Amino acid sequence: MKARRKKRARNARLLKHVFLIALSFIMLYPLLWLFASSLKPESEIFASLALWPSDIQWSNYTEGWYGLPVSFTRFYWNSTIVTVLSVIGNLISCSFAAYAFARLQFNGKTLLFSLMMMTMMIPYHVVLIPQYVLFLNLGWVDTYLPLVVPRFLAADGFFIFLMMQFFRQIPRELDEAASIDGCSPFKIYWAVILPLSLPAMATAAIFSMIWVWEDFLAPLIYLNDIDSYTVPLALRLFLDQEGQSNYGQMFAMSVLSLVPVLIFFIAFQKLIIRGIATSGMK
Amino acid sequence: MRRFFSRNLPGYMFLLPWLLGFFLLALGPILASLYLGFTRYDMVSAPRWVGLDNYQYMFERDRRFWKALEVTFTYVALAVPLRLAMALAVAMLLDKGLRSIGLYRAIFYLPSILGASIAIAILWRAMFGIDGVVNQALALFGIQGIGWITTPSTSIYTMVVLAMWQFGSPMLIFLAGLRSIPRDLYEASEIDGTSPVRQFFRITLPLLAPVVFFNLVLQMIEAFKTFSSAFIISNGTGAPADSLLFYTVYLFNEAFRFFRMGYASALAWVLLVIIAVITVIAFATSKYWVHYENERD
Repeated sequence: MKARRKKRARNARLLKHVFLIALSFIMLYPLLWLFASSLKPESEIFASLALWPSDIQWSNYTEGWYGLPVSFTRFYWNSTIVTVLSVIGNLISCSFAAYAFARLQFNGKTLLFSLMMMTMMIPYHVVLIPQYVLFLNLGWVDTYLPLVVPRFLAADGFFIFLMMQFFRQIPRELDEAASIDGCSPFKIYWAVILPLSLPAMATAAIFSMIWVWEDFLAPLIYLNDIDSYTVPLALRLFLDQEGQSNYGQMFAMSVLSLVPVLIFFIAFQKLIIRGIATSGMK
Repeated sequence: MRRFFSRNLPGYMFLLPWLLGFFLLALGPILASLYLGFTRYDMVSAPRWVGLDNYQYMFERDRRFWKALEVTFTYVALAVPLRLAMALAVAMLLDKGLRSIGLYRAIFYLPSILGASIAIAILWRAMFGIDGVVNQALALFGIQGIGWITTPSTSIYTMVVLAMWQFGSPMLIFLAGLRSIPRDLYEASEIDGTSPVRQFFRITLPLLAPVVFFNLVLQMIEAFKTFSSAFIISNGTGAPADSLLFYTVYLFNEAFRFFRMGYASALAWVLLVIIAVITVIAFATSKYWVHYENERD
């Protein structure tokens, strides 16, 4: 009786694994197909479901890289500048705000906090047009300022929220002790809160990196000059100009555009997954 | 006065970047777009006050506005429940009796983290094309496929499939929620001989209701804001035959292709109101189906 039940449980578990492996394959197939197609000769891409190319064409990568009037070296450089500056901006400004909301007392805190939560709900499209008019009048269109400066002004409330959740778990006795020792609020932020919050900062940095890297709408609006394009804009241009004839090259560039995100995901997936589960966003 | 400052100054200093951002990038623009919604504004000459003209045109004569609403609501109504159902089903599979869930969890979440990228939108266009992999797979079963994206009656479903493929983040939130349900509830009901289906409706779903609610509201808001993938898949225009004219794609084109900034601002405000109303409805009805642990008794 017991043996039979054990066997049934084992069979159920086996069945579950078979199902999950099949589902994993379905989930990964589009990505595998993209990668396989990026290595195939043009004539083979839409010929069969098979993933393995008859002849591996690395030239899709080299020719795709130089397939636009400006090379992808430039686009990657542009994306890197925008991403690095944005991540720095998010980390500084959002941790400041999170510290104020989580740890400091001041008049109007509740009101300001609810305003922050409300702005998080408001669709970006509502502020898009006035922001565009503002940046246009400042002469910032076709520079990276409209992409980067908002990040230094804590425009991504999500990260404030994420950091606040973390700061709140740090025992209050620590700041109280530091404050009795004569530490200023800034010293407490810098020497007590930040060092204890490295996992939260890392999580915010990784999410921020991935989202800025993938961002399409803001660069689409603010960047007109091809020399200043970020990778997503370059991909879109590739799609328009070469997309009907050079599928292999377009897929090769698509694969490359995913590589930084993939590297971060593989390296930090524990942090990313915990970040989603605790903050509950995206 | 001096005491007021010394008490509040540190807080406001730390809040300074956010406060600047709030006034310059949020509150100011929100009020400005409310104003612009009542004007005609092409960015060349100054905004001209036209009262309710934009809204009147939108509701009474603009067929594409209604089409955009139809497309977006269809998408939200299909994509959100399907994505959540998928997320919950997989989360439950991963939750019970499996020790090695780490790898599966990562694999199922991967499409969500890549989801916003243009590369994935390009991939989707190719996969659902007339000679794409989807049709090759169908051909194995002797089914003659169509150009799923170029056919107006099916194009929206390619977007729904894309949304379902990205069920990873609600899945992770469901998993965290499932973990917090006490195991002994299941054990007790097993001894009573309760069927798994009954268990799901009597234990899992009621105790998970707050998480379901949270995911539902968040995913609805996200779905209304869908832009990049719709923009790329529809060639930036909402083609074919406006069947992929997502609200945000329409708004983008009105603003940045035709420079009807006043009208686009009015469109943005309608989107804001729609999202606000749906959120309020969700919260208002939630007390009938969401019960929080600490509020019971």
